[in-house]
Amino acid sequence: MHPVAVTAGLTVDIRRKRFAGDGRTPPHTAIENLQFDVPVGQFCCLLGPSGCGKTTLLNIAAGLDSEVDGSVDIHSESTQTRPAVSYMFQTPRLLPWMSVRDNVDIVLAPPARADGRGVKLLERMELGSYLDAYPTRLSGGQRRRVALARAFAIRPALLLLDEPFVSLDQPVGNRLREILLDLWQAQPTTVLFVTHDLNEAIYLGDRILFLSQPPSSVVHDAAVDLPRPRNPDSPVINTFRTGLLDRHGGLLAGAAGSTTDSGSSTP
Amino acid sequence: MAVGTVDAAASAWERLRRAAGGPAALRIFSFVLLLGVWSVATLADPSGQVLPAPWVVLDTLWYHLNEEGLLYHLSITLWRVAAAFFGAMVIGVALGILMGARRRADIILDGWHILFLNMPALVLIILCYVWFGLTEVAAIVAVALNKIPNVVVTVREGTRAVDRELLDVARVFRVDRRTTFLRFFLPQLYPYIMAAARGGIALIWKIVLVVELLGRSNGVGFKLHEFFQLFDIAAVLAYTLSFVVVMMVVEYGVMAPLERRCTRWR
Repeated sequence: MHPVAVTAGLTVDIRRKRFAGDGRTPPHTAIENLQFDVPVGQFCCLLGPSGCGKTTLLNIAAGLDSEVDGSVDIHSESTQTRPAVSYMFQTPRLLPWMSVRDNVDIVLAPPARADGRGVKLLERMELGSYLDAYPTRLSGGQRRRVALARAFAIRPALLLLDEPFVSLDQPVGNRLREILLDLWQAQPTTVLFVTHDLNEAIYLGDRILFLSQPPSSVVHDAAVDLPRPRNPDSPVINTFRTGLLDRHGGLLAGAAGSTTDSGSSTP
Repeated sequence: MAVGTVDAAASAWERLRRAAGGPAALRIFSFVLLLGVWSVATLADPSGQVLPAPWVVLDTLWYHLNEEGLLYHLSITLWRVAAAFFGAMVIGVALGILMGARRRADIILDGWHILFLNMPALVLIILCYVWFGLTEVAAIVAVALNKIPNVVVTVREGTRAVDRELLDVARVFRVDRRTTFLRFFLPQLYPYIMAAARGGIALIWKIVLVVELLGRSNGVGFKLHEFFQLFDIAAVLAYTLSFVVVMMVVEYGVMAPLERRCTRWR
């Protein structure tokens, strides 16, 4: 696999994102004064309590939601083409009527499809014997691997991930996180990874942004200066976590408080 | 050894009993029962004019097949069924998608839709013949107009139930519009389209016969009208039988395999 030429940085400047609400749901402000930059190639984790507008932010970055006061600017060195953005959703969102192979190939442009890029990625993720299987035949972990292959197949300049590994067994989740880092190192790209699990964020990220309760804004910006490769079960991660909570406990209470259901390691 | 034979006989009987309760056996039983009831009922009609026996009908069928051009009239009717069916499906699916996906279109077209949904088939047929003349086009349009509203109901329901999250995947990955429609959107409608098609074939061939009876000079409907005037009930039943056979071939030979193909992934 060749390193990607086009990577993109990200500048988020959202003054306000409101949902008008309909008859059943009241209007509410999801995001207010949310500003941060993600430099090219950084693995940035967004951590916050559920319902704090993390998914909303990713939808805006992905271009799915444009009704916002503010902007999410994706900028790359190459100005010719709009940088490619990949999005791995909370559920795998595979097309059940297509084989595993077609689920990846369908998002590729014809030349990329012809060079067998999708199949190579799937084989790298140990799905080589499932190429013609339908997603309904796969386990939850396998489906997420297909979704991950799809996300990397288009060689994204920016990769958005929305709690992609929740509700998985710890070993399966650990394996997927390992695969994600492996792909990210082989195919460098800027990553925005949403999670509510502090251990997962420490294991994966170069940096963690802590978001407040809604309307959300950044309450703390922590660099994770642990060397890679990291071990999800090593005490280093817990030490880092404890240090972070000791220094900023009050500030992070809202953001990191919901990590009791952590998937990567027990506190 | 004697005990073994008894055992074997008992198990053979058991197998037979079990097979007799199986679906294939039940179908055959049901068919034989129909023939039996029919044969007994013919006893009430010694003339054989009002309700001819099954073998008389079969004999008549053979005669019409060889001497009276049954295949010609059958194929004319089949062509009308096919033309009206495809016309109704294409227009009905297009309108259903439009009304399911666009609220404004739904509001504008809903009144018309209800009007056509409740218009009696006969009224549409008469109006088509009066306005467009006793022509082939008028006949097919009249049949299609009867079916389109039903297709719209089903497909609109399907369009409203489409999973937007999968369409978002296509948007994020910048899949072109054509591929999005054909590979992300349309497959979600297949079960609804299949349901509309199933009901469509059954409804359409019934209406085609009426259209032929009222304004065509060939086809199964026209022949039935002729036999009615001649009081040739054996021929009426022979034509009915031949058409039912054709429609069963369509169901098991075309619709069922098509549906299996569309739902293979489940």
